Amino acid sequence: MVSFELTPEQQLLQETARRFAQNEMAPVAQQYDERGEFALKVYQKAFATGLLNDIIPEKYGGAGLTTFESTLIAEELASGCAGMTTTTLGNGLATIPLLIAGTEQQRERFLTLLTSKLTFASFDLTEPGAGSDAASMSTTATRKGNGYVLQGEKSFITNGGVASFHVVFATLDKSKRSKGVTAFIVPSDTPGLIPGKDESKMGHRASNTTSVRYENVEIPASLRLGEEGQGFKLAMQTLDRARSSVAAIGVGVARAALHHSAQYALERTTFGQPIAQHQGIQFMIAQMARDVEAARLLTWHAAWMVDQGMNASKESACAKLFATDTAMRAATDAVQIFGGNGYMREYPVEKLMRDAKLLQIYEGTNQIQHIVIARHVLDAAT
Amino acid sequence: MKILVTIKRTPHRDARMRVAADGKSLETGDIAFEINPFDEIAVEEALRIKEAGKAQEVVAVTVGLEVAREQLLAALAMGADRGILVNSGGAAEKQELDSLQIAKTLSAVIQSEQPGLVIMGKLATDDENWQIAPMVAELLGWPQATFASKLELSEDGKTAQVTREVDAGLEEVELTLPALVTVDLRINEPRYASLPGIMKAKRKPLDVIEIEDLGGLADLGGIGQSCVRTVSYRALPAKEKGILVDSAAALAAALKERKLV
Amino acid sequence: MTTADVLIIVGPTPSSPRKIDRAAIGFGRKATDCISGELDLLLLGPAAETASSQFAHLGARKIYTIGHADLANYTAEAYTHAVCDFTSERNYRFLGGSASSATRDYFPRVAARLGIPMASEVLEIDQLTADQAQLVRAVFVGNLLATLSISGPQILATCRASAFEVPAEEVATESPVEVVTISHALALAGKQFLSLTEQTSDRPDLTEAEIIVSGGRGTRGAEGFQLLEQLADQLGAAIGCTRAVVDSGWMPNDLQVGQTGKVVAPKLYFAVAISGAIQHMAGMRSSKTVVAINKDPDAPIFEIADLGLVADMLEAVPQLTEALKG
Repeated sequence: MVSFELTPEQQLLQETARRFAQNEMAPVAQQYDERGEFALKVYQKAFATGLLNDIIPEKYGGAGLTTFESTLIAEELASGCAGMTTTTLGNGLATIPLLIAGTEQQRERFLTLLTSKLTFASFDLTEPGAGSDAASMSTTATRKGNGYVLQGEKSFITNGGVASFHVVFATLDKSKRSKGVTAFIVPSDTPGLIPGKDESKMGHRASNTTSVRYENVEIPASLRLGEEGQGFKLAMQTLDRARSSVAAIGVGVARAALHHSAQYALERTTFGQPIAQHQGIQFMIAQMARDVEAARLLTWHAAWMVDQGMNASKESACAKLFATDTAMRAATDAVQIFGGNGYMREYPVEKLMRDAKLLQIYEGTNQIQHIVIARHVLDAAT
Repeated sequence: MKILVTIKRTPHRDARMRVAADGKSLETGDIAFEINPFDEIAVEEALRIKEAGKAQEVVAVTVGLEVAREQLLAALAMGADRGILVNSGGAAEKQELDSLQIAKTLSAVIQSEQPGLVIMGKLATDDENWQIAPMVAELLGWPQATFASKLELSEDGKTAQVTREVDAGLEEVELTLPALVTVDLRINEPRYASLPGIMKAKRKPLDVIEIEDLGGLADLGGIGQSCVRTVSYRALPAKEKGILVDSAAALAAALKERKLV
Repeated sequence: MTTADVLIIVGPTPSSPRKIDRAAIGFGRKATDCISGELDLLLLGPAAETASSQFAHLGARKIYTIGHADLANYTAEAYTHAVCDFTSERNYRFLGGSASSATRDYFPRVAARLGIPMASEVLEIDQLTADQAQLVRAVFVGNLLATLSISGPQILATCRASAFEVPAEEVATESPVEVVTISHALALAGKQFLSLTEQTSDRPDLTEAEIIVSGGRGTRGAEGFQLLEQLADQLGAAIGCTRAVVDSGWMPNDLQVGQTGKVVAPKLYFAVAISGAIQHMAGMRSSKTVVAINKDPDAPIFEIADLGLVADMLEAVPQLTEALKG
């Protein structure tokens, strides 16, 4: 049975996120982008509206949205500002491992913290020397008494400088590669946890990105997340689940590019007629519209599979790959349609192009997505 | 105290309404609907009074078709405690309800709910009739304060002091409850329905009453016949395109030439 | 059994007829033309009797005044009571008035008390017979016109003042005045009038003015409005503004033009630094000539402007004021 009809609650979720994006994010997006400022005021309001913690179960004060419902929210927010949406994604990435592997006590403590007051959290996986190849990480965890000592450095961490707690991945035994990786929850006031400065980025400039150093960070065993050696699997499961949200951000950015392009094409006149009359422009707009539709369907399908408890690894990779490539292409075309104006900060489309670029890189580069997809296809064929 | 707010399902504020080919109806196929924006302000005001500890329950009521359930859900998601949908489906099939019929229907609901305060939006953005609230107040024999930009309940909860935005400026009145107030734009900025609020809303009570079953209508002489019907729509005549001038001096000259100044 | 007569209701009555009162009489005349009836005038409020002579040459068959003590300060409840006491003994076919914050407040109460249908803010009377009326009014923020069919022997309607020609010539015959006395109380116990804070200004009233200079968010507050006031002084114009301006606290609410403010239709309307939200345009689009000054060439206001100037208002408005002096 296939149905694309949203329930009344889902329509309301979408409408709330849409209005929030239009009224609270879009009008200030350019200003925060220009200043590279963490959009705290917007996040405060987003928190009050429950947008920061949409997938946290109601039991812990969240909205308890399904992965599918969460993509509805991400698409709408990203159409307002992708950078601000990345901040919400950072919280989601820290939430998912707790939902998968957290003990009741851990969930009660950290998920309730996220919903009780404006709180950020981060997912510390990437390292200077281990990006796509996460299993080769060099951050170590050493057993000490009834706990662990963490040592190492993480990089490009969303919310790294503002998080109240970090979900961090470290290896107990580097020789075991992925089997040595273990996850921990580290409150940010733990001695030895030192965030770097907020990176100056090409796009997503309203979000906070820092490195995070772990210098002899001692934590009790009660903050180990899941079993020893299960961390790599947990990280991959988390990314599989989050991937449809990244795809949805891609759809949102592409949709914004399409919207601005269509508006501008109707307003801008050359050779005595609106440029929307020119077939060259029409084709670009039609392609954008086509890809937005296709990307959304891939995204919804992947998210739906996650909600059914199915293995959505391939489908999530397809959605992330296609939707973020769509965002990049649509944003580039939007700049083209705007011509010289499009290259100017005064118009909204150059920001879309800068924002879209990161979508192809983070949460698994699009090259990695190709590898994931190919592996699934080839495994099935052998 | 109980506060009752009324909700109307109206086309989205940004929707472009078009006349259907028959000239008698509107194309609503692609139109998104929402709570009338002024009614959303009414819900917000009621919630704030409740949050200030001066009311215990906020009940949202709509008269309309089954689909208006969506807007009640939105009000419940904002924080209203209970919803009542008076289903006019049967009646609407025969003919649209006019303002007086809707006012009688709402009055019957109010008689049975007995709220201390009824808050409504000052107008509905679709038909812009500005009629129903004063009609309801009159049918109930209640005092009213329309176009409120400020509403304060007394400590004992027996009276309300209201600032009204009127043509001449600002008017202050005092109402002895039960009373009816309609709200203007500047009284508050309505909250967004929060995501947890939306998920909770579907578990809140939402009663559906068939309009024919509303016993209180008997006290009001029944709903009566619809006397006002919309027989056709048309678009505004297009305005002739104006001209652009390139300087203030040229503008002054054009105004003088047209003898406008 | 109703007659073919029309009653125009004015209240609270001003010391002399305003544009909206003369338009109400124009509305009433249009109605009497349709059904070949007579037009009477009902003036309510403390000024009714003294002002009645000012209304005496507008073509009414008769003027009635009610100056009851409970009408001294306006309340919807008392005015409703007065109108209904008056009309219940007289079978008018058509009860009318002009849309204002007062008639929006008490006319629907009158309709409910009398149990008769009502039409708000009518723009045209297409047809009026003994038991049927076809009236045209704007819906959806003024973007569409709807024709209403209203059945029944008596109706209540308000008109948009901008849509009905003010009777040009005064009528020679003087309307006789009858003072109506109501001996019982009219006020409702649960309603207390406390105060009215009126904005005072030397400039003409928005709804009276021939020329209006209106500013939007782009005026950037006091500095911009000072320039608009200089232009308005030069032209003898009224000042108006958008909702955003009132929301920002730059101007009082009674100067707001638009869906939720005042609906105006002057000879000349300057929309300065107003982008042209539909809610604003709904309040001024019937102006005879619209002049738009905006630095954004894509602002929607230019779509309804007769004369447009793409410029920064801080420069253009003083230049315009200067140029108009010459």
